[in-house]
Amino acid sequence: MNNKDTSKRTMDIVQKGLAKRYKREKRFKLYGLSAIIFSLMCLSFLFISIFSNGYTAFQQTFIELEVFIDPALIDKGNFAGSNYQGIIKASLRNAFPDVTERRAKKRLYHLVSSGAAYQLQAVVRDNFEKIGQSVTLWVPADDDVDMLMKGHIDRNVPEADRRLKDDQVAWIESLSEQGRIEKQFNTTFFTAGDSREPELAGIWGAACGSFYTLLVTLALSFPIGVAAAVYLEEFAPTNRWTDLIEVNINNLAAVPSIVFGLLGLAVFLNFAGLPRSAPLVGGFVLTLMTLPTIIIAGRASLKSVPPSIREAALGVGASKTQMVTHHVLPLAMPGMLTGTIIGMAQALGETAPLLMIGMVAFIVDIPGGFTDPSTVLPVQIFLWADSPERAFLERTSAAIMVLLLFLISMNAVAVILRKKFERRW
Amino acid sequence: MKKSLLAVLALVFIMGTGNLWADSSRDYISIVGSSTVYPFATVVAEKFGKSTQYKTPKIESTGSGGGHKLFGAGVGVQYPDITNSSRRIKKSEFEKATKNGIEIVEVKIGYDGIVVANSKEADVFKLTRKDLYLALAAQVPNPDGTETLVDNPYTTWKEVNASLPAIKIEVLGPPPTSGTRDAFVELAMEGGAKEFGFIKAMKKTDKNKYKSVCHTVREDGAYIEAGENDNLIVQKLDANPDALGIFGFSFLDQNTDKIQGSFVDGVQPTFEAIADGSYPVSRPLFFYVKKAHVDKIPGMKGYLKEFTSEKAWGDEGYLTDKGLIPMPTAERKQFQDAVVNLKPMTASDF
Repeated sequence: MNNKDTSKRTMDIVQKGLAKRYKREKRFKLYGLSAIIFSLMCLSFLFISIFSNGYTAFQQTFIELEVFIDPALIDKGNFAGSNYQGIIKASLRNAFPDVTERRAKKRLYHLVSSGAAYQLQAVVRDNFEKIGQSVTLWVPADDDVDMLMKGHIDRNVPEADRRLKDDQVAWIESLSEQGRIEKQFNTTFFTAGDSREPELAGIWGAACGSFYTLLVTLALSFPIGVAAAVYLEEFAPTNRWTDLIEVNINNLAAVPSIVFGLLGLAVFLNFAGLPRSAPLVGGFVLTLMTLPTIIIAGRASLKSVPPSIREAALGVGASKTQMVTHHVLPLAMPGMLTGTIIGMAQALGETAPLLMIGMVAFIVDIPGGFTDPSTVLPVQIFLWADSPERAFLERTSAAIMVLLLFLISMNAVAVILRKKFERRW
Repeated sequence: MKKSLLAVLALVFIMGTGNLWADSSRDYISIVGSSTVYPFATVVAEKFGKSTQYKTPKIESTGSGGGHKLFGAGVGVQYPDITNSSRRIKKSEFEKATKNGIEIVEVKIGYDGIVVANSKEADVFKLTRKDLYLALAAQVPNPDGTETLVDNPYTTWKEVNASLPAIKIEVLGPPPTSGTRDAFVELAMEGGAKEFGFIKAMKKTDKNKYKSVCHTVREDGAYIEAGENDNLIVQKLDANPDALGIFGFSFLDQNTDKIQGSFVDGVQPTFEAIADGSYPVSRPLFFYVKKAHVDKIPGMKGYLKEFTSEKAWGDEGYLTDKGLIPMPTAERKQFQDAVVNLKPMTASDF
C-alpha cells in the first residue's frame, strides 16, 4: 500500500474495485456453470449414442417355417444327435422349391440361424407325438438377415460388397410380403447365456455370474467392513497402531483394482487352490476391493452419531457393547448401507481384477452355483465389443444399457435409504 | 466382533473346501490362449456343448503367451486342458511344459490373413511389403542410397513409393502385446526389410540388430496403436478415408461394405488368395492338447473330434463362415490323424 491510497477513504477504494469484483464473480460462476454443462453434454452424448446403437437389439428378426419332422431323420435312440439341421434345411427347400443350384441352396440355408435346429430339438424332446407331423415354428433369422431388416446393411451397395447377396435379399422380400418374417421382442437376449451367434447370445448367464459374485462380496464385505469400522471407531485406543491401520485403509481404497486381481491369483488360486473362473473367487477379490470403501463410509457414519447418545447410554448403565449394538449402530446403519451399496455398484462394474482369475471367458452354460465357471456383465460387454460380427455391436450397447440400469437402480436405493432413514441432529 | 470372527471362520472353511475341490474332478473342458483363435474355438465349443450331453467348454482369451504359461504349469484338473495359439509353441515353452511332465499334442487348425485395409470411399492401395517396411519402421535405409540407417523421414505414401497417393501416412494397428502385431512385423515388415541386401546380411552378423531394425515400429505418430479391439479400427477407418488399418481377415470379411483390403505384393486379401498361400501376410493357427487330460476330462475326445471334423474346419465348414482359412486336404488329414493317435511332440520337432 503506498501513500496516495491512504488519503482516499476506504469506501472509495472498495467502490472502485466493485465493478471488477462483480465481473470476477460472474466469471467464476460462469466457469462452474460451463463445467456442469460440459459434463452434462458428455453424459447425454454417451447415453444418446448407447441408446441409439442399442435399442434395436431388444428386437430380433424371426422367420416362420413350416417344418415337417421327418421320422427318417430322427434317431430315437439319440435325440440330441439327430439331424435337426437337415430337417430345417428341408423345410427351407420346401418354402423355396425353385432354388436348386448348390451354392444358392447354401445361401438359402444361411437365412435362418443355427439356433433353429436347437429350437426344433426342444420341440421334439417335449412332444414325441409330433414326429411325422408338420409344425409351424418361428425360428430366429441369421444375424445378417437381422441386420438387413434393421437397416444396418445397405441394400444399395454393390452385391459383392454385401454379406447378403441379391437372391437372399429377394427371398427375404418375398418372405416379408407373405408376412412370414417379422421382428419380435428378443427374449433370447434376456434368457440365454453367451453365444458366438449374435441372434442366440444373451446376458442371463453373465447376470447370474454377477449375482453370485456380488452375493459372495456382500456376504463377506458387509460384516467384515462393519465390524472393522465399529472396532476402529468405538473400541480401538488411539495410538500409533490404529493410526497406521487408518492410513493403510485409506491407501487401499486408492489401489488400482488390477492389483487385487493379482493378489487373488496368488492367494486364492495358486495358494488355496480354488477353481479358476468361479464366482466364489471373484467375490473374494471384489471383497478385498470394496472393503476399504465400506470401512471408510462406515466410520464416517459412526462419527456422525452425536457423542451425547453414547454418554446417555453409558450413563444409564449400558455396557459398551450394549451402547454400540442398541444405540450407535442402528443410528449409523443407513449411512453404512449407503456405503455398502455404492461399494457393491463399484464391484458390479469391475472387470480388471476378474481378468487375472479367469472370469474373462466364453461361457455358454448358465452358472448354477458358486464354483461353476462364469463371467459377469461388464466382462460380457467387453467380449461382445471385441467380436467381429456386426450384430454384436448393438448387443454390446444393449448390454451396457442393462448394466447402467442396474447401477442406477442400486444408486437410487442408496439415495432412498439415506433420505428415508437419515437423522439430523 | 462375533460377526467378523464368523466371517473369518467361513473364509477358512471355504478355502479348505476349495483345496478339496482341486483334488476332485472337473466336468467341463478348460481352454485358454490366443484371442485370434478364440472366435473359432468358441464356435466349436458352443456347437459341441449344444449337440452333446457334455457341458460347454470354458474358453478364456489370455493371448498366446499367457495361454502357454498357464497350460505349461502342470498336469491336473486345476490346469487348462487345451491352449490356443496364433503362433507355434516356442522351444522354451515346450521345454518348460516337458519339465512339468506334460505331453503335448500339436494341432494346426488353419490360417489367418492379416490385412491392411482402408475405407471404401478412398482408392484401393497397392502396396508391397517393402512399402510397408519403409512407411512403418522406426529406422529405414537412408533415402540417398547409402547403406546406413536413419530415423524414418517419410511423411506421405508418395515419398515411400511414387506410385502411391500423396496422402499422409496414418496407420491404425494393434499394440505390441498383440499376436497380430507380432505376425505383422514378422511377415510384412521383416519381409520388406529383407529386400535391402545390407539389412539381410545383418541377420548373419548381428541378429539382435537385425531383429530390432525389422521389428521396431515408428513411434512418431504415423503408426497409431488403436488397442486390441479391431472393431474400433474398422469404425475409425470408416470415419477417416485417409487412414489405413491393420487387423485380422475375419474383420475385413464382416465389413466388406465399409472397407477394402489393400493389395500386398500384387495380391488382394481374399479367402482364396490366403488359402492358396499367394497372399504373403498370413500365419498358421494352432491349438495344443494336454495328452494326459484326454481320458480324464469328460468330453475331450468329442471336442477334438468336433474341431477336426470336415463340417467344422473343412472347405465349406462353419469355421470358414467365421473367417478361418482352411488348410489343404492333405494337411487336414494329417492333423486329424494326430488327434486320433495323440502323438506327443518331441524336442526334434523344433
